[in-house]
Amino acid sequence: MTTVLEHTQFYYLSKFSKMKISQYLLALLCPIILLSSCKKSDDDITANTKSSFTIEFEHQVNGAALALNTNTYKNAKGEDFKINVFKYYVSNIKLSKADGSTYLIPESYFLIDESKSASKLITINDVPTGDYTKIEYTIGVDYARNFAGAQTGALDPINGMFWTWNSGYIFVKLEGSSPKSTATSNMLTFHIGGVVDPNNTIRTFSTEINAANPLRIRTDAKPNMHFIVNAAALFTGTTDISFASLNFTMGGANSVLVANNYAKGLFRLDHIHN
Amino acid sequence: MWRKSIVFAMLVLSIALMYACSKNEDVINPEETKITFSVPSNFPSPAYQFEDNQLTNAGFALGKKLFYDARLSADKSVSCGSCHQQFAAFANLDHKVSHGVDNCQGKRNAPPLFNLAWQKAFFWDGGVKNLETSPLNAVTDACEMRTDIETIIAFLKSTAPYPELFKQAFGSTDINSQRILKSMTQFTAVLVSGNSKYDKVMRKESGYSFSSTELAGYNLFKEKCTSCHAEPFFTDFSYKSNGLDLVSADEGRSHITGLSTDFGIFRVPTLRNIEYTGPYMHDGRFYNLDEVLEHYNSGVKAATNLDARLKNGISLNESEKEHIKAFLKTLTDNEFIKNTLYSES
Repeated sequence: MTTVLEHTQFYYLSKFSKMKISQYLLALLCPIILLSSCKKSDDDITANTKSSFTIEFEHQVNGAALALNTNTYKNAKGEDFKINVFKYYVSNIKLSKADGSTYLIPESYFLIDESKSASKLITINDVPTGDYTKIEYTIGVDYARNFAGAQTGALDPINGMFWTWNSGYIFVKLEGSSPKSTATSNMLTFHIGGVVDPNNTIRTFSTEINAANPLRIRTDAKPNMHFIVNAAALFTGTTDISFASLNFTMGGANSVLVANNYAKGLFRLDHIHN
Repeated sequence: MWRKSIVFAMLVLSIALMYACSKNEDVINPEETKITFSVPSNFPSPAYQFEDNQLTNAGFALGKKLFYDARLSADKSVSCGSCHQQFAAFANLDHKVSHGVDNCQGKRNAPPLFNLAWQKAFFWDGGVKNLETSPLNAVTDACEMRTDIETIIAFLKSTAPYPELFKQAFGSTDINSQRILKSMTQFTAVLVSGNSKYDKVMRKESGYSFSSTELAGYNLFKEKCTSCHAEPFFTDFSYKSNGLDLVSADEGRSHITGLSTDFGIFRVPTLRNIEYTGPYMHDGRFYNLDEVLEHYNSGVKAATNLDARLKNGISLNESEKEHIKAFLKTLTDNEFIKNTLYSES
């Protein structure tokens, strides 16, 4: 074997012209290989073209527009309440096409906050163009990121949605008041989070998109999805919550009750502007 | 001739591209000691990796400065270093519980800080799951530094030389929570204590051997203590009740898990540098090792969640106690405690 190789090498060495060609080839290949090694690997689904779309979250309480601090609403038990704070995470947004292929938007973490109107309209860039017929996302933050190191952007602890004493994110935060609440100043404190069983509150929302009017992402068309978000969904759906008995939760079994409620009714896809 | 030039040009381009791909090397002042994270040969591989937080002298120096800066607290009186003192292996000498701003008395004893890169959960109740986010707890606690990250960022942005230090550590003067926490972790994760006499004996370093008393203590320790205080960290990182009270005044780990079976249980503490980390237990109730050992000998209470192995306590006569104490003192790492790299400068 060794001799054969040596012989082959000798053969090529003896062919001076061939050697020159391979020399040029090598010189050409070097930068090409190096250039391609610099490139980052692409996502699973690739498309020749990419574009963007927006999602608008319209906050309501049982059909009425949400107005912080002022308006009085009623829960499913007929108890009056006001809302002072309403904010939540939407993460790991995934789009599906009719053929079943999916596109997970990388690093998609958004904090939607009623008090910051800009946060209620999010833009998603670099999405492969095409017709999408389903969208799903996590209400909250996936397990791993709850325990990951120092984060930035939407997950920055500066946003007041990170529990410093018991690592993890508050997925949905609703604060307000109700005359029925037995807490100090009739306060309502619903900080929903926790990722460890039996009190795991990670919930996924998904909705089919009418195939007649799918999410059409084109280079020259950036569609808008419009979701209605019903804050009152925290208090009904699976368990009707009375503020007389439950007005404070920061993780734990009561947070699971609330998460089970909002998993059903917090989001509704209203329409798409293509 | 031009062909040769093309070949030459291509090769130059290749080399240039190779450089473009490689990461920038840190510029290090040759007079400085290069800060490194080193794993003692008798330790397993660490849980914390520096892959997303490249260790540099500038990052370490910034983290250390933040650690020792009392101006970060609400009344500018308390730094991390106030309750984590190097001469006490970064525990709090003579303080049962930590003293925060406005002389507020906390409810738990400040734990020592070292070998944190091997730890997966922090604080006595294991509530914090990542070393990088650990400082947030002390920073925001009403009885510790009682501030918030926005206030700290605003302070650092307006206080020289911090913007310049962030630039040296991270390439720009931007200051955000992530950079603060990552630089602090460059300091805390580098705190490795693995040069005690015990370590040197275990590594069979020449000139080191246990005395007969220490060896007797080591053998007793392996018989009576290692089921929880496992080598080489002298903790198995589990949570246990060691029967301090019939009913604990502190809910302990159940505050984190919400499980009644975790009521009044706490993380098994490391025994490394135990000579300097008193007072002992989560509430600092024991001032010296004699009290601790006597607790196991005669003081264990039948708490509901008492660890089964402590049901009958751990019988220890006086000479056994002396032997164990002699062994425990071999866990003192003076090189760590006196390393000026970790000192306030």
